[in-house]
Amino acid sequence: MRPESNVRKRDKFIRWSAFILSVIVLIWATLGVNINFGELIAGISSIVNIFGLMFPPDMSYLSNTLVRMMESVTIALLGTAIGSVLAVPVAFIAAQNLFASSFVSWLGRQILNAIRTFPSLILAVFFVASFGPGQLAGLLAVGIHSTGMLGKLYTDVIEDIDTGPISAMEASGANKLEVLWYAVFPQILPEFIATSIYRFEINMRASTVLGLVGAGGIGVILSQALNYRRWPVVGIALIVIVIGVTIVDYSSAYLRKKIV
Amino acid sequence: MSVLEYKNLSVTYPGGVEALKNVSFEIEKGEFIVVVGLSGAGKSTLLRATNRLVDATGGEVLFNNQDITKVNKRELRDIRSDIGMIFQSFNLIKRSSVFRNVMAGRASHLPTWRNLLGIYPEHDKDIVFNSLDRVNILEKAFARADELSGGQQQRVGIARALAQEPQVMLADEPVASLDPPTSHMVMKDLQNINRELGITVIVNLHFIDLAKEYGERIIGLNNGELVFDGPAEATDKETFEMIYGRSITAEEEIGRDSSVI
Amino acid sequence: MIVVSSNSNFDVSKIPRPNKSLKRNWTIGLLIAFAFLVYSARNTGFNFNTVADGLPDFFRLIRQMYPPKWATFPSLIEPFIETIQIAIVGTFIGAVIAIPVSLLAANTVNKNNKLYLVSKFIMNLIRTVPRILYAAVFVAAVGIGPFPGVIALIFFSLAIVAKLTSESLEAIDTGPIEAIETSGANKLEVILYSVVPQIAPSYISYSLYVFEVNIRTSTVLGLVGAGGIGQTLMTSLNLFMYQRAATIIVATFALVIIIDLVSTKLRERLI
Repeated sequence: MRPESNVRKRDKFIRWSAFILSVIVLIWATLGVNINFGELIAGISSIVNIFGLMFPPDMSYLSNTLVRMMESVTIALLGTAIGSVLAVPVAFIAAQNLFASSFVSWLGRQILNAIRTFPSLILAVFFVASFGPGQLAGLLAVGIHSTGMLGKLYTDVIEDIDTGPISAMEASGANKLEVLWYAVFPQILPEFIATSIYRFEINMRASTVLGLVGAGGIGVILSQALNYRRWPVVGIALIVIVIGVTIVDYSSAYLRKKIV
Repeated sequence: MSVLEYKNLSVTYPGGVEALKNVSFEIEKGEFIVVVGLSGAGKSTLLRATNRLVDATGGEVLFNNQDITKVNKRELRDIRSDIGMIFQSFNLIKRSSVFRNVMAGRASHLPTWRNLLGIYPEHDKDIVFNSLDRVNILEKAFARADELSGGQQQRVGIARALAQEPQVMLADEPVASLDPPTSHMVMKDLQNINRELGITVIVNLHFIDLAKEYGERIIGLNNGELVFDGPAEATDKETFEMIYGRSITAEEEIGRDSSVI
Repeated sequence: MIVVSSNSNFDVSKIPRPNKSLKRNWTIGLLIAFAFLVYSARNTGFNFNTVADGLPDFFRLIRQMYPPKWATFPSLIEPFIETIQIAIVGTFIGAVIAIPVSLLAANTVNKNNKLYLVSKFIMNLIRTVPRILYAAVFVAAVGIGPFPGVIALIFFSLAIVAKLTSESLEAIDTGPIEAIETSGANKLEVILYSVVPQIAPSYISYSLYVFEVNIRTSTVLGLVGAGGIGQTLMTSLNLFMYQRAATIIVATFALVIIIDLVSTKLRERLI
């Protein structure tokens, strides 16, 4: 027997067992979730039904919806701004190539990891409980969450910089501050800004949802409309959200291209 | 008085590699020195020990009779501002303009607040423009550094070092990334600076034909030791083979291109 | 010692300067953005006082969560399992439906321009709505429990896997496709023989990636009533059982890390 077929046989065995394992896991999961085919179809049809009920959307709510949408934009904007500012010092501490102490940078990274475990929605729940319902809780939730996410990305940017210009500045006799200003900042600033803009895009989506737990923005309208099953209102809210998010997506992509 | 003196200079890197072993020689003001040797022979280490980008582990380096291995941070910055350096990979600040890159070389001569605010005196701006003019790249003064070709970027590097108004210019493999005609242009610029401005120039090269053509004095390193120190006219192929410890390959000659001046 | 000055007969003003208006536009734009920020900060009541007022409450909340009540962990196992199951089923069905959709949305496979544009549009549309919104809407439509969560994940997985796969499809080698087309095979056979082998590893990798994301999402969906550990968390918070909530949060963190590791390892072996 040729030696190759042993390897082939083992590969085949692995593939087949992976396949069978996946099927078993799938069946187990489906059973656990308690969905049988009939329910699935019934559920899908009622959802399709509801999409039908959303249109035509309730235009009388348009101005209200737009105002709330602007609130969500504000939450996303302020939250991203807060996160961008707070993330900078943390990123400098956490980056391994700036401070000599590796314990300090390890600590910085752990702080960032800890913040990043909390999705903004959960943070929003806590902030609503502490600061009361409204935009403040929302923007704080987005702000803190963004600090964690941006902090990690900023750290990556700092660790990736080209050290050549730094050597050149040091060789010419510049002091530490001048080295940072001439050689480091021009490298990291555009990256920081582009990263923040992308974060704003993501935060925009998150902010629309925060109102569902009382943290302001268009989610508030949605929450009430869903509670009372007023589907045409849900419809107009969804339309405004889709349009708003799309505008933000395109502007963000355009701006980011211009910067980098 | 010699401008630079190496006394038993030794550099051993943390991993145990002995990059320089007991190197001693003097350099007079205004000399044009080319350092040759195989990769890893210690050329780069020698240059970097001269402005303490790399610390000496033994011996002394004297700049204008001052031992740089023993000075404090401020004195070191003062000394470094009198020594210009250009690099194989140019080390320009890519997104900044050429002007800003050259002004960055002048940074050590200006108070920090001027650097941070970007408010530069006319005198210093003149020096920047003059430096750019001297390497014939004045018209690119406000272009972004990464828009330039390799040869142009290296000339900006030279301008940046010039803007320091240095006594000594260190060039670490300045032409290794450039094509032959551009390499000759850069070497001519260095020669020009040396002859017209009286700046002492030390260049690392691994192209022996360039070394012979532009160097006045050749320093040969082999495995961290000084194995040759003499005028360029006194060298021939055997000299270099001795320095390298083997026969010369085609890679060690840059040749010429028909478009050269 | 002016070492450098040469014959300075050059005219500095003749040197080409960069476009001034570009810089001016950016500065204006930034100023407007900044003004808007300040204005909205006022509006939302974001200033030192309001934040300082709420901080004590916030820290009191945190203190109430410590130490986490590890004893409640066994009661969390079932909701966790439900979370994982929601993610599995949602990802699977979504990924399966993504197959035809991604084929439609790739211009290397789908030559019918109208259909291609429509598919791409619908795909992008689905992606624009935040997934938790899907969950909230479906909860209102079919009631709370894992079911609306599964459907929300189906939509989300479908949109992402289809987008990623269609992008890969648009980058594949069209040579084999043409070769088999000219051999007289019908569309389905063409796809099976020339497209599938090229795209299968990427497709599976994307599905695994989406599964990873869905585990995280699934933990949160319950906050709006769509089942899993999120729902348990919401209940604990509503009942002020903060220490139980803390346990849930920590355990969720651990779960997400484990799944991340496993999924990354699997994807590595694939590619």
